[in-house]
Amino acid sequence: MAPILVVGASLAGLSALDALRTAGHDGEVIVVDAAPELPSDRPPLSKQVLAGTMEPEAAHQPLANRLAELDAEIRFSTSATALDAATRTVTFADGTAITAEGIVLAMGASPRRLPGGELAGVHVVRTLADSLALRRDLTASPNRVAVIGAGFIGAEVAATCRGLGLEVTMIEAAPVPMVRVLPSAIGGFVADVHRDHGVDVRLGVGVSGLLADGDRVRGVELADGSVIDADVVVVGIGVVPSVDWLEGSGVPVGNGITCDETCLAAPGIVAAGDVAEWFNPHFGERMRVEQWEHAIEHGAAAGRRLLAGDDGEPFGSVPWFWSDQYDRKLQMAGRPAADDEVVMLDGTVEERRFVAGFRRGDRCTGVLGVNRPRHAIQARMRLVESLNWAPIRDLFT
Amino acid sequence: MGVDMKVVVNFDLCESNAVCMGIAPEVFEVRDDDFLYILQEEPAEELRGKVEEAARRCPKQAITVED
Ligand SMILES: Cc1cc2nc3c(=O)[nH]c(=O)nc-3n(C[C@H](O)[C@H](O)[C@H](O)COP(=O)(O)OP(=O)(O)OC[C@H]3O[C@@H](n4cnc5c(N)ncnc54)[C@H](O)[C@@H]3O)c2cc1C
Ligand code: SF4
Repeated sequence: MAPILVVGASLAGLSALDALRTAGHDGEVIVVDAAPELPSDRPPLSKQVLAGTMEPEAAHQPLANRLAELDAEIRFSTSATALDAATRTVTFADGTAITAEGIVLAMGASPRRLPGGELAGVHVVRTLADSLALRRDLTASPNRVAVIGAGFIGAEVAATCRGLGLEVTMIEAAPVPMVRVLPSAIGGFVADVHRDHGVDVRLGVGVSGLLADGDRVRGVELADGSVIDADVVVVGIGVVPSVDWLEGSGVPVGNGITCDETCLAAPGIVAAGDVAEWFNPHFGERMRVEQWEHAIEHGAAAGRRLLAGDDGEPFGSVPWFWSDQYDRKLQMAGRPAADDEVVMLDGTVEERRFVAGFRRGDRCTGVLGVNRPRHAIQARMRLVESLNWAPIRDLFT
Repeated sequence: MGVDMKVVVNFDLCESNAVCMGIAPEVFEVRDDDFLYILQEEPAEELRGKVEEAARRCPKQAITVED
């Protein structure tokens, strides 16, 4: 029988492999990744590894220790360059090809860049190499670090840089930080936390360009004409799903790979993790989630789906993520929209320790806990049961 | 058959994010002081699935299950 092919050896891809083995699939599985070695676990790359408080080797993926027992052939430095969905044939950069019984597409996403991104001193943070390169520049006593984008990666990098005692300016085009994950009514809190810690926060202003001194960056010019002198610039303006090579493949691509509610993108082809958009029946919405735990659960569901033939189970989920900034731990369950109502359920924003619920009519679209792990997880457990607002409110009365 | 499993948490790694509690509340509890407490160090065999799931999903990889 032809092998099962997994493209991407990170959280989603390896979790799919694990699920195949757990379900008893004992046929051949080949996993390929464009990276030269097993991708590291990514969350520490903007936190402990960047801060220098965790050895790079310690930042390994959950399944790294169990790879051998998962009994797959893993090929690194192997980029998939073309797919024919009809025959399930994937071609690689070296010209070889594999025709597979089933395919898991788990290519994740790669950071958006700015023009001038090739200048020395300009960084993105996605891989261990990115994090170590940025760390080298941070330890060379820069005068100022400019962080472009106040999404969760930008906000974490800004916090880590302040922890290293560096001067930081964080620039965000939107009026509040973390706009893509948090309702705007709560985003101001994130800006305040950074200001408390001495970050120069610039909101609602875009970047018009990077300024160079030879081949090294020397600053950032903002749309309002002002200039931030900075010898290190970190670009955290979001990611693009890694789908270029799927053009003309027969696999539908829109906001990432377009899947049905069972993770299926085409017959015998599933997709999971950052790269995949699917219909989440629990929310009744299509979504693409760029979060750690989601990649694991989605990958497992996709692996099981491949073995299920015609009757795959829908994958319903309540996404969950955490973000560490200074001594604050943000944990969010759900998927709120930017204009959802924000209801304080416990604590206060002033204490910097609270639980906020996000509400749309009778529905709770998400819960954010700040230094409230117990409550955040309890709320998540309720949301897994239902998205009704009342049981969430009752948890806190 | 055999000996019970033993749940060990590396508290140097654990950051009390309570993911484990969401999966196996019988075994793991993060209290209002924000610390993780292990309610049963040697849980019954029928909890193995949940405990292993918690170990797998712990973002800090702080949980090990010993036999
Ligand atoms: C710095 C950083 C910090 C983060 N912090 C948090 C956090 O605190 N909390 C949280 O919930 N989430 C966090 N995340 C998000 C989380 O790490 C991602 O959602 C997760 O890594 C997605 O996993 P994935 O398997 O879908 O994709 P990825 O991890 O992106 O892996 C995809 C793999 O596919 C490979 N690939 C791509 N194209 C090809 C191709 N054509 N051929 C072969 N291989 C290919 C790539 O080399 C890569 O190894 C963070 C991410 C980053 C970058
Ligand atoms: S999931 Fe892991 S890090 Fe979180 S509380 Fe449990 S043991 Fe600690």
